[in-house]
Amino acid sequence: MAKLKVVHYINQFFAQIGGEEKADYPAELRVGEVVGPGMALTQNFKDEAEIIATIICGDSYFNENLEKAKADILAWVKEQAPDVFVAGPAFNAGRYGVACGTIAAAVQEELGIPAVTGMYVENPGADMFKTQVYIVSTKNNAAGMRDAVKKLAPLAVKLGKGEAIGASSEEGYMPNGVRVNFFEKERGSKRAVKMLLKKLADKPFETEFPMPDFDRVDPNPAVKDLAHAKIALVTSGGIVPKGNPDHIESSSASHYGEYDIAGVMDLTEETYETAHGGYDPVYANEDSDRVLPVDVLRDMEKEGKIGELHHLFYTTTGNGTAVASSKAFAEEFSKKLKADGVDAVILTST
Amino acid sequence: MVKEVERAGIPVVHICTVTPISMTVGANRIVPAIAIPHPLGNPALDKDEEKEIRRKIVEKALDALTTEVDGQTIFD
Repeated sequence: MAKLKVVHYINQFFAQIGGEEKADYPAELRVGEVVGPGMALTQNFKDEAEIIATIICGDSYFNENLEKAKADILAWVKEQAPDVFVAGPAFNAGRYGVACGTIAAAVQEELGIPAVTGMYVENPGADMFKTQVYIVSTKNNAAGMRDAVKKLAPLAVKLGKGEAIGASSEEGYMPNGVRVNFFEKERGSKRAVKMLLKKLADKPFETEFPMPDFDRVDPNPAVKDLAHAKIALVTSGGIVPKGNPDHIESSSASHYGEYDIAGVMDLTEETYETAHGGYDPVYANEDSDRVLPVDVLRDMEKEGKIGELHHLFYTTTGNGTAVASSKAFAEEFSKKLKADGVDAVILTST
Repeated sequence: MVKEVERAGIPVVHICTVTPISMTVGANRIVPAIAIPHPLGNPALDKDEEKEIRRKIVEKALDALTTEVDGQTIFD
C-alpha cells in the first residue's frame, strides 16, 4: 500500500533558522524536505506515512501577518494535497502553539484535510483550538519531543487513513468535548463506589465527569475621574532596571520585580532593558518605553490628563512562565496596588 | 496576571499584540498593540512619530479604562 502523504508545519526555531531574532521569518515551503522534528515523526510513522513537504514560518511573522500567512500556507497545502497535516509540536511556546492551532484548524476546515498538532496543556493555543483539531498533550519543553512524536505520529496515521479515533485518554489528545456513546463493562453504581474507595484511600482515580474550567472574572466598573486617578504600570514583557538586579529569569520566571520610577521621566538605553528571553530584545533594550510607556504617561501626568503615575511598577517575564506562578505573582502585587490606592492598571504584554 | 488584578477589584486594560491570546486568558478590556517585540513603539519611525503612536495607544487604553464594559471587549 502506498504511504500516506504528510505535510508538516514547524517554526523558525525548530527549522534551525534561528531564535527570536528570526521570528519574523516569512512562510516558506520546502517540497521533498524533512526538517527538524520531521525526522522523529518519520521514524514513528514507520512505513505507513511520509513527509512530502515541510512548511516553515517565523512565530512573530505568522501572528503579525495572520491573513497573509494563512492564505499562503493554505495554498501550498492544497497544492501538495496531503492525506494528513501535522503542525508542531509546539510544547509551551505560546506564539508557536497559536500558529499551529490556527493553521491546523484552517487546513481541516477550509481544505477538508485532517490535521493534528501537539502542545503543552498551558499553551494558549490549546484552549483556543482543542475543540477544533486534535491536539496531542506534550511536556512543556522540547525535551519531551520523543514522547510527543510517539503520540502524534500514530494519531496522524489514523487520521490520514480515516480510521475511528478512540477516546482522548487512549490516544493522548486533549479532551475536545466530543462525547461518544458506548457500553461500559461495569454499571455506574459499581464504578462510582470504586472511585470513592480510591479517593478515600488517597489513590489516584479518573473522574468520568470533569468539571469545566470557567475561570472568568467580571470587569470592574470604569474609572470615573481620570484626571484624579492613580494609574500603575504592570508588564509581562520583562522590563527591568539595567543589569536586571533581581535576576528575573529570561523564561519560566520564579519571581517578579517591583521598581521605583519616582522622578523617572523616560526609560533609556542606559537605564532600562528587558530580561525576557521570548522575543527579540533589541527594540526593548534600545528604548524600554516601547514596552512600558513611562514617557507618555509622564507627559499626560504633566498635562493633567491623569492624576498620577504610580511610583512603582511590577514586571516579570511571561515566557513559558507557569500559569500558577503568574497568578501567584499578580495576587501578591495586586494587594500592594490596592493598598497604595491605585485606581487602574495598564498591563502590557509582548 | 490581568485576571488577578481584575479580581483584586482594580480595573485593568491589557495592551498586547496577539489579542486572541488575551481573549483566551480572560482579559476584559483589550487594546491591540503594534508588534510583539515592540508593542508600544515602531523602530522604523523617527522618535517623535514613534512617541506619537505610543501616545495614541495609551490614550486608547485610558479610554478603555473609562468605558463601562459588560464582557470581554477589544478596543480597536
